[in-house]
Amino acid sequence: MAAVSQSAMTAEPSVEKPKMTARNLDLFYSDNQALFEVNLDIAEKQVTALIGPSGCGKSTFLRCMNRMNDTIDGVTIKGDVTLDGRDIYDKRIDVVQLRARIGMVFQKPNPFPKTIYDNVAYGPRIHGLVNSRDELDEIVMTSLERAGLLKEVKDRLQSPATGLSGGQQQRLCIARAVAVSPEVILMDEPCSALDPIATAKVEELIDELRSNYTIVIVTHSMQQAARVSQRTAFFHLGKLVEVGETDQIFTNPKDERTKGYITGRFG
Amino acid sequence: MTDMASLMEDRAAAKVISDNLRKPVDWDSPKIARNIKKRYAAERRFKIYGLAAIFLALTALFVLAGSIGSKGYSAFYQTYVQLEVTFDKSVIDPDGTGDPEVIGRANYDGLIKSALRERFPDVTARRDKRNLYGIVSGGASYDLRERVLENPSLIGQTRSVWLISGDDFDMLNKGYIDPAVPEGDRRLNDQEVGWYNELVADGAVDKQFHARFFTNGDSREPELAGIWGAAVGSFYTLIVTLALSFPIGVLAAIYLEEFAPKNRFTQIVEVNINNLAAVPSIVFGLLGLEVYLNVMHLPRSAPVVGGLTLALMTLPTIIIASRAAIKAVPPSIRQAALGLGASPVQTVTHHVLPLAMPGILTGTIIGMAQALGETAPLLMIGMVAFIVDVPGSALDPATVLPVQIYLWADSPERAFVEKTSAAIMVLLAFLVLMNGLAVYLRKKFERKW
Repeated sequence: MAAVSQSAMTAEPSVEKPKMTARNLDLFYSDNQALFEVNLDIAEKQVTALIGPSGCGKSTFLRCMNRMNDTIDGVTIKGDVTLDGRDIYDKRIDVVQLRARIGMVFQKPNPFPKTIYDNVAYGPRIHGLVNSRDELDEIVMTSLERAGLLKEVKDRLQSPATGLSGGQQQRLCIARAVAVSPEVILMDEPCSALDPIATAKVEELIDELRSNYTIVIVTHSMQQAARVSQRTAFFHLGKLVEVGETDQIFTNPKDERTKGYITGRFG
Repeated sequence: MTDMASLMEDRAAAKVISDNLRKPVDWDSPKIARNIKKRYAAERRFKIYGLAAIFLALTALFVLAGSIGSKGYSAFYQTYVQLEVTFDKSVIDPDGTGDPEVIGRANYDGLIKSALRERFPDVTARRDKRNLYGIVSGGASYDLRERVLENPSLIGQTRSVWLISGDDFDMLNKGYIDPAVPEGDRRLNDQEVGWYNELVADGAVDKQFHARFFTNGDSREPELAGIWGAAVGSFYTLIVTLALSFPIGVLAAIYLEEFAPKNRFTQIVEVNINNLAAVPSIVFGLLGLEVYLNVMHLPRSAPVVGGLTLALMTLPTIIIASRAAIKAVPPSIRQAALGLGASPVQTVTHHVLPLAMPGILTGTIIGMAQALGETAPLLMIGMVAFIVDVPGSALDPATVLPVQIYLWADSPERAFVEKTSAAIMVLLAFLVLMNGLAVYLRKKFERKW
């Protein structure tokens, strides 16, 4: 029980006007508990990085934030997750709409096997966000522009998205997420399948997107967390060990485990 | 403490292994060389086995196709006999009315018989005459009637006309009856063979393309029997089967794969579907007999009942193939759609189903091909009946291609042997066509991701 009280002590979850919050979040895969009493605030229009060794529950936590865990059998969740102060696990919340408000980018680029245009246009189409072809064109162009992809693909919007390179595909996935005007974008190790150049581009993009969106990113690379995030949360064995300003976490961690992880002694 | 002890044991074991690892390997030693030789021999053997298997399969295929083809190709030709037919006005239209109804009712059979009597005037005995009339098929009178109805000016004239020959005569002409065999052991006696030789000498016997085989329904007379009735019956049956089993099968597969909770009940359903796929088809026939005919009183021998029965049989195949195809769609596509806020149904209809479609269609067509070749369940529901008319709808009595093959194979007349093989060829052609369609559809819908 020492660990629990310690995490309660070192985790300083509260930020002013959090976009999203998690309170006392427990998650079970059937009988295995994967998250223990996680308390975390996500600050608005900032990048929050979730770091920690493999299997520590950071991706699981990320998927709790847009209820992607609902699609997995045998998952039970206790505790609260809120978006703008409203519980997202409330029965009255429409999960489809929720996922439109909280976009997600996955580890492996997963464009639909359609054209580049259709990939980006899919979200606005199914949510009925546009009234005319021109509006849709505009959304697609803006989204591609925001994802820093427009220049590379504007001459081949009607060619298949699967023909793009891995880095381009991942930026396309970001454009696709941006196209439904989400408030929060969750990124699950978005660069783990990319080469260093593509990674640099995506990181740059994340930094730019920060001005418009609240971003939560799971990463295995501590350098990446240090580069792109303003706040960092360190998970270990399903518990949130420490959270704080990224500078503070990396230069002056309060918890021994955090120190051990970021200096490379375990993990 | 036991933990500690086991740990020590592990350490000790690890030490032995690492000692072995430290020993350098002599890659040039005879032992290693022997090992390599053995490996190469094994790979060569394996290759030979594979080639032998393919060779055997191909040989079997060629033997099958060859035997069917060599027996069946002659069914596409039919012997015709040329006779001088007098279109006697007193027989066809005695009152000179020109009324098609009167002309249609006339005794054309009599005209043919008198033509035959004129051709062979020395035949007088009653039995011999009956044999003589066997030269020309009973169906020839219909041809004659058509001819006169089309061209009434023929009435009163004498024309030389090619008439379709009877089946025994046809067999003789095609070489299936050997005149060298003692008279008592063959279908045609010496006198009949003599007539044949005489006609051949006159150039009055000819083989022509047998279009009737493709346009007629079944008949007791082999030379008049055709495959079209069975083909149409098969068509209606398959339409009913497809219309039922495709939507039901695909929906069941989608539900089981994408929406159903994974619990005991769905497990039982799954096991049962897999078992159903292995149930002998005759059992489905009995089920169809009881449910569709005895309880629901649907028309006997009708393609609609055949289709319903075959749909039961095809469903498991389609469900299993569709589930496999749906399962093969990468989960990342579903996540991408769900992550964008697509509802589960949108995810399935917009992404999963289009990507699974090639596999689903392949499975469906394999199931349909299976249904096309199915005989046993249809015997149970009366589609084995002798039906002459080409069915006009799925409610008319009909038979199907494989049952037609079964019926012909069972018929005593020698001429049905070639019909059987020809029907098999037609059935195989349909199967090849359907499989070709499967390949085409798979290629067409295939998308890379």
